[in-house]
Amino acid sequence: MAPTQDEISAEIAAARESTARAVAAGGVPPSHPGRDYPPYRSSALRHPRKPLLRVGADPEAAEWHGPVFGVTDITALDADLTRQHQGEPLGERITVAGRVLDRGGRPVRGQLVEVWQANASGRYAHQRDQHPAPLDPHFTGVGRCLTDDQGAYAFTTVRPGAYPWRNHTNAWRPAHIHFSLFGTAFTQRLVTQMYFPGDPLFPYDPILQSVTDAAARARLVAAYDHRLSTPERSLGYRWDIVLDGPAATLPDPEEDH
Amino acid sequence: MRAPTPSQTIGPFYGYALPFPGGGDVAPVGHPEAITVRGRVYDGAGEPVPDALVETWQAAPDGSLAGEPGSLRRDPVTGGFLGRNGVDFTGFARVATDADGQWVVRTLPPPAALPYLSVCLFARGLTRHLFTRAYVDGGAAGDAVLSALPEERRGTLLARTEGPRAYRFDIRLQGPGETVFLDFGTGGES
Ligand SMILES: [Fe+2]
Repeated sequence: MAPTQDEISAEIAAARESTARAVAAGGVPPSHPGRDYPPYRSSALRHPRKPLLRVGADPEAAEWHGPVFGVTDITALDADLTRQHQGEPLGERITVAGRVLDRGGRPVRGQLVEVWQANASGRYAHQRDQHPAPLDPHFTGVGRCLTDDQGAYAFTTVRPGAYPWRNHTNAWRPAHIHFSLFGTAFTQRLVTQMYFPGDPLFPYDPILQSVTDAAARARLVAAYDHRLSTPERSLGYRWDIVLDGPAATLPDPEEDH
Repeated sequence: MRAPTPSQTIGPFYGYALPFPGGGDVAPVGHPEAITVRGRVYDGAGEPVPDALVETWQAAPDGSLAGEPGSLRRDPVTGGFLGRNGVDFTGFARVATDADGQWVVRTLPPPAALPYLSVCLFARGLTRHLFTRAYVDGGAAGDAVLSALPEERRGTLLARTEGPRAYRFDIRLQGPGETVFLDFGTGGES
């Protein structure tokens, strides 16, 4: 029988408390979800049980370098998800913009940012998404761009809808946009999800809550930014992204002008 | 140091966004030295994982780690994909596993000094990607990763020869024969 929301919520609370205790005892607040996170039921058979092998810094290794992308890998329309079909998609038009930085605060330049999302009704243009909400013939929900010299990216899209899933009874995902990012090194690879401020579904969602530290969870939530809103056109959200993992050895930013 | 943005699962619906045509065809077209590396991804019950995404990154045969753009060349006329240009070696592959959990990459052999494909694995149910390495032809003597492992686990990183220029590299997420996954150092966390 599928677990109830109350059962899942109790597991979520237990995991949060366990992290809070570890942090109170002097532990480093974890930024990333544990791979073994029981409230997200699909993780049960899909996480390693043995500890990962720690690999020391090795700038000669392949992972301290990474794939590169360029102007041939994108088209101008890829960053505007509202203009990829003949008509306009339904929904609240938004701009999502921010910068991609490494942990040292250096911009990640010229790298690929990819996004995908549900439409305004909460339905993905994916055959296996059988949520009975309407598809939008004018919206696919896929975008990509390259970061500029300041590490900045920007997408125009519509605000995605919340949608149900089958983790437990009455499970609903808060509205989110999936992001995929590359850094200067393969070690910095990141796939994540961006959320919208104030969503009432946050406490119920085991995927967002798989990040058990509150400050880390807050880093997944974009901020409404009125300066990014455009008159008569769209509402703006700012979301900056910091890639974890050692970066490739690059010139010091102070000397980089 | 800035606090990193947390990882989140890739979920089940990346399939119309991230894979691209020719994603596994890294070797230049018709290259006589091309190799095939393929494998299955298995979960902790030994079942194939049909919704994983496998990315590989490697040095070029001449040892270069500079890479080349053009893995997912886009067509500005139709908004579709053009496919790779068939000449440049980008070093990067991205392949979704099929309904039977299998992935295939056609590439050039990595150089003797860096004799592996670096593999990054994503899947629904996996809250954060996993790195591993597929060593081709046994790896180099004294390799720091291989020599850090006990004999019985080392084999999980060795791509098995299954024919001329053909290798097999299965990934077991959990349980017997669990693949060795790598932590490259992320702020003291793994
Ligand atoms: Fe989603």
